[in-house]
Amino acid sequence: MLEYIAKRTLGAVVSLFIVITLIFLLLRMMPMEGYFGAEYDKLSEETRASMLAEKGLDKPVLTQLVEFYKNLLKGDLGKSWIFRPNYPIAKILEKKIPYSLKIGLISMAVSLLVGIPLGAMMARFKGKLGDKIGTAFIAIVEALPTAVLMLFVQLYFSSWFNLSLLFDKDNPSTWILPILSISLLSICTYAMWMRRYMIDNINMDYVKLARAKGVRGGRIMFLHVFKNAFVPMAQFLPGSVLSTIIGSIYVEHLYSIPGTGGLLIDVIQRQDNTMVQTLVLLYAAIGIIGMFLGDLLMALLDPRISFVKKGDDR
Amino acid sequence: MAAKKPLFNRQMRRISELDANIQAGLAREEAERAKQAEAEIETVDYTPEQIAALDPALFEPAGFNEEDAERTGYSNYSYWASTFKNFWRNKVARVLIIALIAVLLFAFLQPIFPGQHDPVTINNDPETGIQLMNLAPSSEYWFGTNAIGQDLWARVWAGTRVSVFIGLVVALSDLVVGVIIGMIWGYVRKVDKVMTEIYNVISNVPQTLILILVSYILRPSITTIIISMCMVGWMAMARFIRNQVVIFRDRDFNLASRCLGTSTFRIITKNLLPQMVSVIMLQTALAIPGAIGDEVFLTYIGLGLPTSQASLGNLVEAGRVLMMQKELRYQLIFPAAVVAFITIAFYIIGNAFSDAADPKNHV
Repeated sequence: MLEYIAKRTLGAVVSLFIVITLIFLLLRMMPMEGYFGAEYDKLSEETRASMLAEKGLDKPVLTQLVEFYKNLLKGDLGKSWIFRPNYPIAKILEKKIPYSLKIGLISMAVSLLVGIPLGAMMARFKGKLGDKIGTAFIAIVEALPTAVLMLFVQLYFSSWFNLSLLFDKDNPSTWILPILSISLLSICTYAMWMRRYMIDNINMDYVKLARAKGVRGGRIMFLHVFKNAFVPMAQFLPGSVLSTIIGSIYVEHLYSIPGTGGLLIDVIQRQDNTMVQTLVLLYAAIGIIGMFLGDLLMALLDPRISFVKKGDDR
Repeated sequence: MAAKKPLFNRQMRRISELDANIQAGLAREEAERAKQAEAEIETVDYTPEQIAALDPALFEPAGFNEEDAERTGYSNYSYWASTFKNFWRNKVARVLIIALIAVLLFAFLQPIFPGQHDPVTINNDPETGIQLMNLAPSSEYWFGTNAIGQDLWARVWAGTRVSVFIGLVVALSDLVVGVIIGMIWGYVRKVDKVMTEIYNVISNVPQTLILILVSYILRPSITTIIISMCMVGWMAMARFIRNQVVIFRDRDFNLASRCLGTSTFRIITKNLLPQMVSVIMLQTALAIPGAIGDEVFLTYIGLGLPTSQASLGNLVEAGRVLMMQKELRYQLIFPAAVVAFITIAFYIIGNAFSDAADPKNHV
């Protein structure tokens, strides 16, 4: 197992290195005009050159890359260029991440608590009225454009329940709508997959055996089928928990939450290269670590899954 | 142990009950069969005179006809025919596919209908010369006009044309590229590790970055959007196919095929691909509304098509901005309704088709 973990970690480091280098090179291909914003036309040639030199953009790309890695190894993420000029990136993220993290974690808890039982119930009463209503609900939520769905939630729920349209970190009632908006989508995802996996499991031989032994339906469902169906779900859990850091762009825009949602897109558009590199590094690391932890959790829940052996029979 | 005894007894009783049921059923069947046999014997009761009067040809040996003998082994089962038959049996899907075809046909034929406005022309009031801004839906402008006086009805259909075109091209490219790469990725063991690493890398490069670079090289246009969506879109399909291929690759029927010297190409196209028709169809059907949703998202973050170009993304975004004014909300509702309809239709049709394409559901 230790060997496996070491191998995975090494692979992850290599992947991260390639991603970051690639991003770094891609960013150096961005148009030069982008670094000056709207003032591009007003600046003289010399000012432009000095501004580029200040960011180190006048040096050859390879020198820039080596310098970047030197700083990164020292643990220095650098300073933002344009988003908040000359402000340490670590401090920007330190302020923004807790908002997204809190809202994300609460909505994840809500959607797990609602979505998983919903999916389980739909599988239990497959083909009956409840299953049909649930399927229709999922189809509608999944089908509407997210931007429109979130807008409708904001507009109508706020007027029906007399809730504030904007987020205020000191007023808990303003947290309800953003959390609801995020959970609505993930409830559907969880319910859909839970239902799919449980129905797949219901046709398995062990269920038939349990039924032949005379075990009651509900007991089979929740002691046997549920446990087995939850294993593939567990693969996504650590990743989802970590991904809450990334935030939700629609929700955070709509309710003006000062979190990380849309931050990456924002800094890419403004060509704040140092911010983009840091964020991509962070998000890629989250993605890779999430997948790794997911595999471990899966192996933990299901003793039949072993990653150590897997190398032989492939 | 003692506590478990009653349960065991109950189970035994249950089993013997079931057994009795089965015995009763068998007895009933036996009785019926006997009755039928009796009835048959009664009808074939001829006198010798009657037998003499029968056609002597009836007593000739029938002979052996090779063609007729072969016919018994022939089944008129056709995979696609039963897929479509199964699909057609689903009422909701049937209604939706007819409605979807009607809507798409109308979207593409709308410009040649009489009395249609142009989607780009800014309509002015003939008397005052002022733009007809934000007119509510009326008999002249069925969906009203937008903030600069363009006919929303014409714009919605023009937008549908553009967005559906983007969706179709992207879905087709995802299908072709994704299936080919996924097949190679899954089937050729040597490239599996490398491809997985490449996948990890590409999937971690933000799509926005690729999009900005592509639109920096090319100008923002339909082509740019299509190219950037195609560059990212094939990965989901490829990964999906790869996982499926890994599952089926080493099954016994493939091993047998390989031993008999079947070429790799034939194994892939005849043994592996047909297994995946249902998932491939589902993924492709979902890629079309997916591309439309992506377009809406790209417009939302300001990287969409130029605003002069009517597209569902642009229309939804323009309507979204005006949404807080209640009397202008129609400008969001009409394009959003079209997006929602197309998405739901493809979603349900795709699911129904993929259910129908699974041979396990064929009779």
